[in-house]
Amino acid sequence: MSNSNIPADLRYTKSHEWVRTLADGNVEIGITDHAQGALGDLVFVDVPEAGKSLKAGDTFAVVESVKAASDVYTPVPGAVVEGNAALGSQPELINSAPYGAGWIMRLKPAGAPAGLLTAAEYQAHLDSEG
Amino acid sequence: MGRRTPLYDLHVGQGARMVDFGGWDMPVNYGSQIEEHHAVRRDAGIFDVSHMCVIDVRGPRVREFFSKLVANDVAKLRESGKALYSCMLNDAGGVIDDLIVYFINESFFRTVVNAGTRDKDLAWMRKVAAPFGVELTERTDLAMLAVQGPNARAKVAELLPAQHRAAALGLDVFFGRSFPMEGGGEWFVARTGYTGEDGFEIMLPAVDAARVWNELNARGVKSAGLGARDTLRLEAAMNLYGNDMDEGQNPLESGLGWTVSFENSAREFIGRKALEQLKAAGLTKKFVALVLDDRGVLRGHQKVIVAGLPDGEITSGTFSPTMEKSIALARVPKATGATVQVDVRGKLLSARVVKAPFVRHGKILVS
Repeated sequence: MSNSNIPADLRYTKSHEWVRTLADGNVEIGITDHAQGALGDLVFVDVPEAGKSLKAGDTFAVVESVKAASDVYTPVPGAVVEGNAALGSQPELINSAPYGAGWIMRLKPAGAPAGLLTAAEYQAHLDSEG
Repeated sequence: MGRRTPLYDLHVGQGARMVDFGGWDMPVNYGSQIEEHHAVRRDAGIFDVSHMCVIDVRGPRVREFFSKLVANDVAKLRESGKALYSCMLNDAGGVIDDLIVYFINESFFRTVVNAGTRDKDLAWMRKVAAPFGVELTERTDLAMLAVQGPNARAKVAELLPAQHRAAALGLDVFFGRSFPMEGGGEWFVARTGYTGEDGFEIMLPAVDAARVWNELNARGVKSAGLGARDTLRLEAAMNLYGNDMDEGQNPLESGLGWTVSFENSAREFIGRKALEQLKAAGLTKKFVALVLDDRGVLRGHQKVIVAGLPDGEITSGTFSPTMEKSIALARVPKATGATVQVDVRGKLLSARVVKAPFVRHGKILVS
């Protein structure tokens, strides 16, 4: 299994999402470098609409690659502030910049995120998955 | 650990994502399968197909043997080097495998069969061969490279000794020829492929495979994996054994009727009687090409819903990088019209039936 990029300043889930806390208190969520590599070239991404209310564990987006479709889950409950509209015409941003331009959703959290992994814990999780 | 081709270390060294393919550890991509796909359509790409099985068949009755063994007619092969695409059927008319046969001379034919079916194919072929006294030799000493794209043949020719270049570039489509190489060994270069682009498939000594791959990379030929191979062949509407047909399907309901030759009524190829009975009873299904104009990806095994008729099934589906929409091959009831619905992850999406192939020589052929 090749090494994937896991920025130290983000938090992670076992289902391969990353969470970034923004300056205004909102959170930004996407999928990890490991996930985009495993999926391969993305061809369609369905992002949520602003205002949608989500519980922790809800599917908020679907990412579809040539190989397979995959649900993306939020570990944080809250209200969608915006989905990344650029992904409509450029789904490949998730492949090329999974932690940057490839962000999928911004969310106003309804509570503190719980059960998130640090970069080291996520790496350990990847190592255990083989 | 699966079986490995002579190029395994090269693939890993180039950062390929490796997967199990029919028991072989093969590269699915080297970064982006879509970029690799475009490189083949626009320029040149190279695939490791060494997992496929090259079988040399020799003996005075080799032509008779193939005349019985395969559904297409090797009587079409009169010029040395000419190749034929065919199915190999069982007695019930089901497809054991699809393959290419090359006529070299009246005592020597070569055939290439699929990786996943090699053991089954060899056992079957040996059984059929017994009364003909021909010898079957599996060429495990060879590697096979597919170099495909509008610039592929020119790049390969650069690697041949000068005195062979004109002959190689002069090969007609579906012809192959052996070229002795400097320092011993020979390359069998065939103008065949599985992408819908021009190009060569080269059978060469396994020990030379990595060096040749690197030399082609140095000439701008892009390493390409199984992911691109699948999107390319599906755009070209080329069948994949195991998906589009298998032992439970006959060639006539798999889009392969054109590869079955009934013309010579005296030729009793294996499966002929069964196919004739099926035709007499009336075929109930047909094989169609589908395009999805909506967002979504058609995938194998999805249900095809046809108004007033039994369900059909997607046999192969993918996203076409050239067309930027999803395409598929499907087996549907014979009376199916111009549009169908497909159950894509719980949603019914509309797809239209088009005339295959979708793409050929870099051009989109369907509206």
